[in-house]
Amino acid sequence: MASKFFNHGTLERNVSLLGIAALITVAIGGIVEIAPLFWIDNTIEKVEGMRPYTPLELAGRNIYIREGCYNCHSQMIRPFRDEVERYGHYSLAAESMYDHPFQWGSKRTGPDLARVGGRYSDEWHVQHLKDPRAVVPESIMPTYPFLAERDLKPGDMRADLKALTRVGVPYSDADISKANDDLAAQADPDADTTDLLKRYPKAQARDFDGDPSRLTEMDALVAYLQMIGTLVDVDAARPQESLPGQVAPKEDGR
Amino acid sequence: MDRLVLRTGGWFALALVAFAAMLAARDGGFAVHMGIVSLVALGLAIIAMRRADYAAVARGLLKMPADQGRYYDDVIRWGVIATVSWALAGFLAGLYIALQLAFPALNLGLEYTSFGRLRPLHTSAVIFAFGGNALIATSFYVVQRTCRARLFAPKLADFVFWGYQLFIVLAATGYLMGITEGKEYAEPEWYVDLWLTIVWVAYLVVFGGTIVKRSEPHIYVANWFYLAFILTIAMLHIVNNLSMPVSLLGSKSYAAFAGVQDALTQWWYGHNAVGFFLTAGFLAMMYYFVPKQAQRPVYSYRLSIIHFWSLIFLYIWAGPHHLHYTALPDWAQTLGMVFSIMLWMPSWGGMINGLMTLNGAWDKIRTDPIIRMMVMALAFYGMSTFEGPMMSVKAVNSLSHYTDWTIGHVHSGALGWNGMITFACLYYLAPRLWRRERLYSLRLVNWHFWLATVGIVLYAASMWVAGIMQGLMWREYGADGYLVYAFSEVVSAMWPMYLIRAAGGLLYLSGAIIMAWNIGRTIAGSPLRQEKPMHGASHDMAADKPLIARPA
Amino acid sequence: MSYDALRHFADSWGLVFMGATYGLLIGWHFLPHGRRHSHRAATMIFESESEATEAEHG
Repeated sequence: MASKFFNHGTLERNVSLLGIAALITVAIGGIVEIAPLFWIDNTIEKVEGMRPYTPLELAGRNIYIREGCYNCHSQMIRPFRDEVERYGHYSLAAESMYDHPFQWGSKRTGPDLARVGGRYSDEWHVQHLKDPRAVVPESIMPTYPFLAERDLKPGDMRADLKALTRVGVPYSDADISKANDDLAAQADPDADTTDLLKRYPKAQARDFDGDPSRLTEMDALVAYLQMIGTLVDVDAARPQESLPGQVAPKEDGR
Repeated sequence: MDRLVLRTGGWFALALVAFAAMLAARDGGFAVHMGIVSLVALGLAIIAMRRADYAAVARGLLKMPADQGRYYDDVIRWGVIATVSWALAGFLAGLYIALQLAFPALNLGLEYTSFGRLRPLHTSAVIFAFGGNALIATSFYVVQRTCRARLFAPKLADFVFWGYQLFIVLAATGYLMGITEGKEYAEPEWYVDLWLTIVWVAYLVVFGGTIVKRSEPHIYVANWFYLAFILTIAMLHIVNNLSMPVSLLGSKSYAAFAGVQDALTQWWYGHNAVGFFLTAGFLAMMYYFVPKQAQRPVYSYRLSIIHFWSLIFLYIWAGPHHLHYTALPDWAQTLGMVFSIMLWMPSWGGMINGLMTLNGAWDKIRTDPIIRMMVMALAFYGMSTFEGPMMSVKAVNSLSHYTDWTIGHVHSGALGWNGMITFACLYYLAPRLWRRERLYSLRLVNWHFWLATVGIVLYAASMWVAGIMQGLMWREYGADGYLVYAFSEVVSAMWPMYLIRAAGGLLYLSGAIIMAWNIGRTIAGSPLRQEKPMHGASHDMAADKPLIARPA
Repeated sequence: MSYDALRHFADSWGLVFMGATYGLLIGWHFLPHGRRHSHRAATMIFESESEATEAEHG
């Protein structure tokens, strides 16, 4: 501004300086806002019960992403009375700590799904996905009949779990080596799932799509839908202000 | 001869590598994509081998004037054609998915035509294909004129254009096959992202190189905005798309970040895709084409300096307003809200700068349909940059978030600001690039203007009503203390609004079809359309006096 | 740095700082110096070119 210290005319004549100055200017906001999320401890509250997805749930989640469900369904309940009554306890940051990518969504053309797990029966989900208007006449959701007809072929799930380990999801070596067996066992009513359930607490193992003879994409998607929001005992999670090791503020500053 | 062998061999080798990748692919989608790459490389090998100048043939077919050596304009002409074509594709996709929401049977029960896959196709087609091509074409045009220099590395510029089209094709076909990273506006998978990174670096080299070799000492303000747009998009694209591929021969990857960190990174990207792709880049268009069309200098050059630095500084902070009341820490939400509100000032500063450029020449709104389009674009820019800060206030956002109000807001910006200013630039460019006397028809521009304007009004108004209605119905409690409406009742209440919205989209698309016809005839060199001239309303000095009330 | 401390700063000195910055920028915009430079920069895009590539259609 003042020509002695700084002359904007210099930037108007030097493209390198202009580019560097612009890049610094745009970098500041992102650094200040995003970087602290990685090292401030109370960004994600400590809760009991979070675990990585089982291979079948993960395959179902990948179908959820593939079909673009996030375009119409959020997975993020805000702490308002109506939302909590409609959908359940508000979402905690910890509940999506293993979500690569997050699926919080931005639009509710359909209802929130953050706690849809266990709300409906498997049969309801299968029927609803095949023909939503058969169970909800007002629904405008597309039909997904092909999910029930198609065998689940997610490829080698060990590679998927390994990739997730590389970005920080704590799968054990046993989880990775048994990934393909786990995938089949969770939807097979005859399989022995004691080991699976030990490694993945609260996992639900049964035939999901009503056809025990086949492992379909419907199995995987329903397995995923039935577990969303069921892992954490939300009422046990304590408010952030009184986390151990934190100085509690004198009053509610908000 | 050696060169020929080398080139043909190179393309052929690439085709073979892609073919091998296709055979070894882990999933079907990746195989299809490698097949596309292989076919493209094979085609290029054959073209290189036959030594015929196919580019010249295409230039002849598209009636492109010969290169006079001063400016490299062929790539811009291609850009104009691509922008018009992608506009039609993107608007049509939008209309179709709007109708799907009103008539779910239109999903056809097929995975390829379901809303969840077509919606990313629509957003990417309008933002990245239509908007991106408009930005690349106009930036190449503006940087040459304002630097008085021929484009740096014209061959590289061709690569930028065609490479970008390949990116669009890979992204779009990927969405249809269900290949997506699952992050809004950043859906293309890791290998398509890598390809775009290469193209984008080439874009920066061409653009920056042209500025470096300029013969005019001053760098015109439009170029600052283009430069900030190119640099920032590179930064956002790379950080937000960091991901771990499952296999180098498969399409699937997992995002590097998870949960809350991924959410903020995504909306830092998502909001600044709006801020830098759809705002900074299009403001660059405004700073060149509005003064040129009005034939008056920009209102205040110093305001443009303030505008530039404050806009790029403030925009980047605004991302968290997409995550109000979520599990994102409160401090980040509040910071995002405060900066979003501050952003109102530079936005309106820019709008005023653009509008006031017409100071003393307001009659051009009446006589020049292109100026009229630009003014309408700026008016919509002003409206949506007021609406945006308002919606970022947490109290407002608690109602508007997750509703169709957001959709209406985005479209008043996208259809009104980005669409209108791009149409105006296309109308400006087409006759100049093809050396025609003027556009084929100005009356058709007028038709386009009104169809688009009425379309936007229908769209925005219906989505305001829909969004506020939705928000209020979701939170309505009865006297008995229970929620009044089931979710499904809110869905059925939306139906008339969805119909009106689709009608608005239809009008907007019709306008674009008229534009395609008009620009097509201009390119073809058709004789000017026989029509009543637009300049009929000439100034009548005698009538230009205040009305005086007379006694009866 | 607690939420309260930040909030107090934002409501007092932070607000003053932002207001001052805003006033300063607006004031700078109306300062007379450099007016010729700005005018030259703004009208640069209209200067006719030696070759008639664009001017004749401009």
